[in-house]
Amino acid sequence: MADTILVVVEQREGKLNRVSYETLRGAQSIAAETGWTLEAAVLGSGAVVGEIANEIAKSKVAKVYALDSATCVNYTPDAYAAALKQFITDKKPTLVLMPHTYQVRDFAPKLTTSLNRTLISDATGYRKDGAKLIFVRQMFQGKFAADVSFAGESPFFATFQTGAFRGDQVENGSAAAPVEKVILDVPASAIRNKPLDIFKEAKQAVDLTQAEIIVSVGRGIKEQKNIELVQQLATALGGVIAASRPICDSGWLPMDRQVGSSGQTVAPKLYLALGISGAIQHIVGMKGARSIIAINKDSEAPIFEIADIGIVGNLFEIVPPLIEEVKKAKGA
Amino acid sequence: MKILVCMKQVPQKDAPLKLNETGTWIREDVSYEVNEPDAYALEEALRQKEKHGGEVVVITAGPARSQQVLREGLAKGADSAIHLEDPGFVGLDAFNTAKAFAAAIKEENFDLIFTGLQSDDYGYAQTGVVLAEIMGWPHATIIMQIDKQDGGIKVKRELEAGFFQHVDMPLPAVLTIQSGINKLRYATLIGIKQAKNKPLRKVTMDEVRSSLGDNMQKIEKLYIPQKTKKTEMLTGSPAEIAKQLVEKLKNEVRVL
Ligand SMILES: Cc1cc2nc3c(=O)[nH]c(=O)nc-3n(C[C@H](O)[C@H](O)[C@H](O)COP(=O)(O)OP(=O)(O)OC[C@H]3O[C@@H](n4cnc5c(N)ncnc54)[C@H](O)[C@@H]3O)c2cc1C
Repeated sequence: MADTILVVVEQREGKLNRVSYETLRGAQSIAAETGWTLEAAVLGSGAVVGEIANEIAKSKVAKVYALDSATCVNYTPDAYAAALKQFITDKKPTLVLMPHTYQVRDFAPKLTTSLNRTLISDATGYRKDGAKLIFVRQMFQGKFAADVSFAGESPFFATFQTGAFRGDQVENGSAAAPVEKVILDVPASAIRNKPLDIFKEAKQAVDLTQAEIIVSVGRGIKEQKNIELVQQLATALGGVIAASRPICDSGWLPMDRQVGSSGQTVAPKLYLALGISGAIQHIVGMKGARSIIAINKDSEAPIFEIADIGIVGNLFEIVPPLIEEVKKAKGA
Repeated sequence: MKILVCMKQVPQKDAPLKLNETGTWIREDVSYEVNEPDAYALEEALRQKEKHGGEVVVITAGPARSQQVLREGLAKGADSAIHLEDPGFVGLDAFNTAKAFAAAIKEENFDLIFTGLQSDDYGYAQTGVVLAEIMGWPHATIIMQIDKQDGGIKVKRELEAGFFQHVDMPLPAVLTIQSGINKLRYATLIGIKQAKNKPLRKVTMDEVRSSLGDNMQKIEKLYIPQKTKKTEMLTGSPAEIAKQLVEKLKNEVRVL
C-alpha cells in the first residue's frame, strides 16, 4: 500500500484552528519530497465537521475525512483518542501530523500509547536523510536543537510547533479534494472526564495589545525589588511594563502583564526584552512586534534568534545609563 | 488522598551546557535543580494533603545525583520517596519512563499522580499523559487548580490565550501541573533534618527492565541551533551601548 501522511487539523468549539494550516504546509512539503500521498482529517460531531472538511479540501490534499462521532461534540481526551485510534487503525497512515496545541498535547500521547507507538512532539522542522525522516526539535529550552528519528514501526506521529511553517503558504488544489464522511462509534461510557465551562478570568485591567512601546522583564531581573528599575525605563520611554510568565507566576507583576501563549499577544512598535531567554511560549506572544531589542547576558539565548538589535550584557549595568540617555533625548 | 509526585532533575537554568563526545547528549558535569513545574506539582500535592489529609510520595528516575530532588521533596513535607536509580533512566523516552514508573508503583494505591506539564530538558510534555494511559486512568493537562468534590475532583485546565476550562473527573487520575498554580514554599531547617529519617525506596533498572521496550524514538544528534536571522549586535561599555541604543530608538525604531 502506498505511504500516506495524515494531517489531523484542529477543531475547537466548532471552529478550525488556523494553526492547522502550518502543519498542513509542513505536510505538503514532506509529501512533495517523499512522494507520499497527503490526506487530512477533522474530528468532531455534526455539520461543523463537514464544513471544516470542505474548507480544508481547498488545499492541495488528496482527500479529506470528516470524522463524526456523537461523543466528540465536546472535546475530551478519552473520546478523541478512541475515535482517532479507530480511524488510524483502519487507515494505517505512515505518518500522522498534528499542530502542537494545548488540545493535541492533551490527547496525542494517550493516542500513541494506546497504539503502542511514539510521538515526536513539538517539532520545529523536518529533514530527509536518505530514506530516513528526521524531525528537528528544541531541547533544553531552545539552547540546543536535536535531530530525532523514529526507531519503531509506523504509524509515526509528530506534532509541529506554532510557527514551524508558514500557514499562509499552503498550496491550494486545482480543484476541491473529495471529502469522505466517516462515522466513528465511541460509546459515551468510555468518557470519564466531564468538560464544563470555558471562561476567561475576570477582566484584565491592562490591555497590552494597544501599547506602542513595551519594556518586558524576565527572570534575569533576579528579585522583585529590581522590577522598579525596569518600570523606570518604561516610564522614561513612555511605554508600559510587561513580563515573561515566571515573573507573574512569582507574583512580582500581576497576570495581566504576561506576554506569551498563555498571556497576551502584543504587536508594539518596540519590544524591549530584558533578561528574557526567548522560550517559544514567550516568542509567540511578541514576535509580531515591529522592532525587537533584547538585552541578555547569555550570547546563546534564543531571544537573539528573533531580535533585531541585541546586546549581550548585564542588564543591571546597561539599564541605568540607558534611562539617563533616554531622559536626555526626551528632554532635548 | 494518597498522591504521587513525579519529579525530575534537570540542569540549572543558568548552567552553561556543553555537548558530550558523541554529540547526542550534554555533558553531565553541570549543576542541577528540580524541574520547575515539578516543584509546583509537589507544592500542590502538599497543599492537598494539608487540606484533606493523606500522604505524599515523591518519585524520580535517574542516576545517584538525582536523589537530591527527592531529598528536597522530603524536606518540604513529602512522606516518602521512590528512586529508580540508574544512569540509564536519563536516556529513556517518555513511553519507557512512564512504563518504569508504572512498574515501580504497581503495589501501591494512589488516588492521584501529579507530574509537571513538561521538563526543561527534553520538553516532551508527554510522560504524565502516557503514564495515565498505561495505568488505565483518566488525565487532565496544564492544571491551574484542583478541588476535591464528591466522587472525584474538579480541575481548572489552562487553555491558550488566557482561557480556562473546568473539568470534573473521577479518581484515580493523573494531572500535569502548570507553573504558577500556587506559591512555592521553602524547605525549613527542621524539614531538612526530618527528611533524613524518611523512607526512601530504591528501585534498580533490573527490577523494571522487563516492563520496558526499546526506545521508539532516537536522538541522532544535538547541536546549537543555526541562527537564521541577522541580529545587529551593539557592543562597548554600558555607557556607549546606552548612547548607541538611544540613537537607534530615535532614527531607526523612531519611538523617541
Ligand atoms: C504551556 C506553557 C505555557 C507557557 N506560557 C508562557 C507565556 O505565556 N509567557 C511566557 O513568558 N512564558 C510562558 N511559558 C514559560 C516558558 O516556557 C519559559 O519558561 C519562560 O518564558 C521563561 O521566562 P524567562 O525568559 O523570564 O526566564 P528564563 O528562561 O529563566 O531566562 C532568564 C534569562 O535572563 C538572562 N539573564 C540572567 N541574568 C541576567 C542579567 N543580569 N542581565 C541580562 N540577562 C540576564 C539569562 O541569560 C536568561 O536568558 C509557558 C510554558 C508552558 C509549558
